[in-house]
Amino acid sequence: MHSSSTSQGDNGLGRWLIYGVLALMALVYLLPLFVMLVTSFKTGTDIRTGSLISLPQEWVTDSWQAAWGTACTGVTCDGIKGYFWNSIKMVVPAVLISTFIGAFNGYVISKWRFKGSDLFFSLMLFGCFLPFQLVLLPMAAMLGKLGLANTTTGLVLVHVIYGVAFTTLFFRNYYINVPDELVKAAKLDGAGFFTIFWAILLPISKPIIMVTIIWQFTSIWNDFLFGVVYSGADSQPITVALNNLVNTSTGVKAYNVDMAAAIIAALPTLLVYFVAGKYFVRGLTAGSVKG
Amino acid sequence: MPVTHTNTPAPLASTTPWQDKMQVWLPKLILSPTIVVTLICVYGFVIWTGLLSFTKSRFLPQFDFVGWRQYERLLNNDRWITACENLLIFGGLFIAICLLIGVLLAIFLDQKIQQEGMIRTIYLYPMALSFIVTGTAWKWILNPGLGLENLVHQMGFTDFKFDWLVNSDMAVYTLVIAAVWQSSGFVMALFLAGLRGIDSSIINAAQIDGASKPRIYWSIILPCLRPVFFSAIIILSHLAIKSFDLVTALTSGGPGYSSDLPALFMYSHSFTRGQMGLGAASAIMMLAGILAILVPYLYSELRGKRNA
Repeated sequence: MHSSSTSQGDNGLGRWLIYGVLALMALVYLLPLFVMLVTSFKTGTDIRTGSLISLPQEWVTDSWQAAWGTACTGVTCDGIKGYFWNSIKMVVPAVLISTFIGAFNGYVISKWRFKGSDLFFSLMLFGCFLPFQLVLLPMAAMLGKLGLANTTTGLVLVHVIYGVAFTTLFFRNYYINVPDELVKAAKLDGAGFFTIFWAILLPISKPIIMVTIIWQFTSIWNDFLFGVVYSGADSQPITVALNNLVNTSTGVKAYNVDMAAAIIAALPTLLVYFVAGKYFVRGLTAGSVKG
Repeated sequence: MPVTHTNTPAPLASTTPWQDKMQVWLPKLILSPTIVVTLICVYGFVIWTGLLSFTKSRFLPQFDFVGWRQYERLLNNDRWITACENLLIFGGLFIAICLLIGVLLAIFLDQKIQQEGMIRTIYLYPMALSFIVTGTAWKWILNPGLGLENLVHQMGFTDFKFDWLVNSDMAVYTLVIAAVWQSSGFVMALFLAGLRGIDSSIINAAQIDGASKPRIYWSIILPCLRPVFFSAIIILSHLAIKSFDLVTALTSGGPGYSSDLPALFMYSHSFTRGQMGLGAASAIMMLAGILAILVPYLYSELRGKRNA
């Protein structure tokens, strides 16, 4: 680590400056979250008389209850709880299926190469770069033909189809570092395709499974584009509901309810980040620097 | 452990011909659904969108071909021109500021800082949020009446004016603020990983030669980080071109269409305004934008690998 050698030139002033800048930036990153939190516990009058960063005069949870159960999201006024469950019903199967498929794809592409499999891998990587606007219209037509328009099943299908490029990439890049000799020796021993996967690859796959699940969970939970295009009234995910809630203008703008709803929408991914941040960051860098 | 028995002599005759055949076909069989789906749902669909862009489809896809008409309409469409100009402003500033903040914070964090892990966690958490959440939060913070402007007024600066969110000349810059807040921590993480990967012997040699710290960073370390700069630029420009949720949540492209971006243009023409042909043409233009960035990058990557 080179930084160990750089300490000799440090003077007190420079150190203070560095800590000062780092602390200031930490405040900048934290401030919006702080503002969201204090706003969500304020009353409407408190918002108008106080300031952005002032603490609530009295802490009330009305906005949280409204956001969860009674706020209007477009035509209905049942809060965002239904949409929260819609998101869960969509995320869980989509994450599990795409991770499962990605694991086997990555296994084949790294350990059972055949003519054309590398070419296919390159072709598939393009799927990671493709702006989804390019597939929105035909996919809408296909979901319609399959009778899956406006359904959670349809959303799961779309997320699996366009998530597999990432999950395959993750597993392929992980398995490529497992020595081929292990697999070859097992093949000579007569172990088959599934036995090798089960007995050699799977036991060492925990980190990459975590990375993949967290990556998929975060991107599917946070997705808005597919949600807004392919969901119907009773399958809308939470991001779409949040956007509707914020843009539903009936009477006075309730910023405290907006903020409570935004925090509820953010809670699952934030929780995952604070519990398993290590894997989240690994996924980000692996998913973006592309093998 | 299953690995232990790999040293024993291999019983070569244990597989039957049928099993051998299975071993050849099974991998192909496993991969084939993904191959078929990728060919149809990625490549096929892009071609389909391309075909649509040459038709006069409105609310439903139909295949009356009209040549380059939709592209001509696009280039004569003020809203599209604004969206593209906004993308240049937004993308340019977003990338430049993220790189600047990212590299500075990474260098500062690499000075044996106490609590480094906690600080990193704070810098990166916005990346776990949906752009819809980010947009909602900043829409409130930048609210001219009760948000930041009001806060500064209460601090005594009553002349302070900050109405970017409702000012059609400035609305696009609010997108930059929110997007930088969300993504700059991630760029920091990329640079920090890059810094940690630099061979320390080069730096030690420079120090022995008496080079000052800023000089070492400027002429040795930053050049070493070139690949990180490139991949960060690729990721950030990709994010900028795809940007749809943030602009929807923060400004909805407004006031008017002053903060519109291509991705929002594509969505609203294809799905709410019944201009599917025009929407498809705008999607193809987005693809052209991505390729214009990606192809030179991949080309230099591949050439670099061959020379290495």
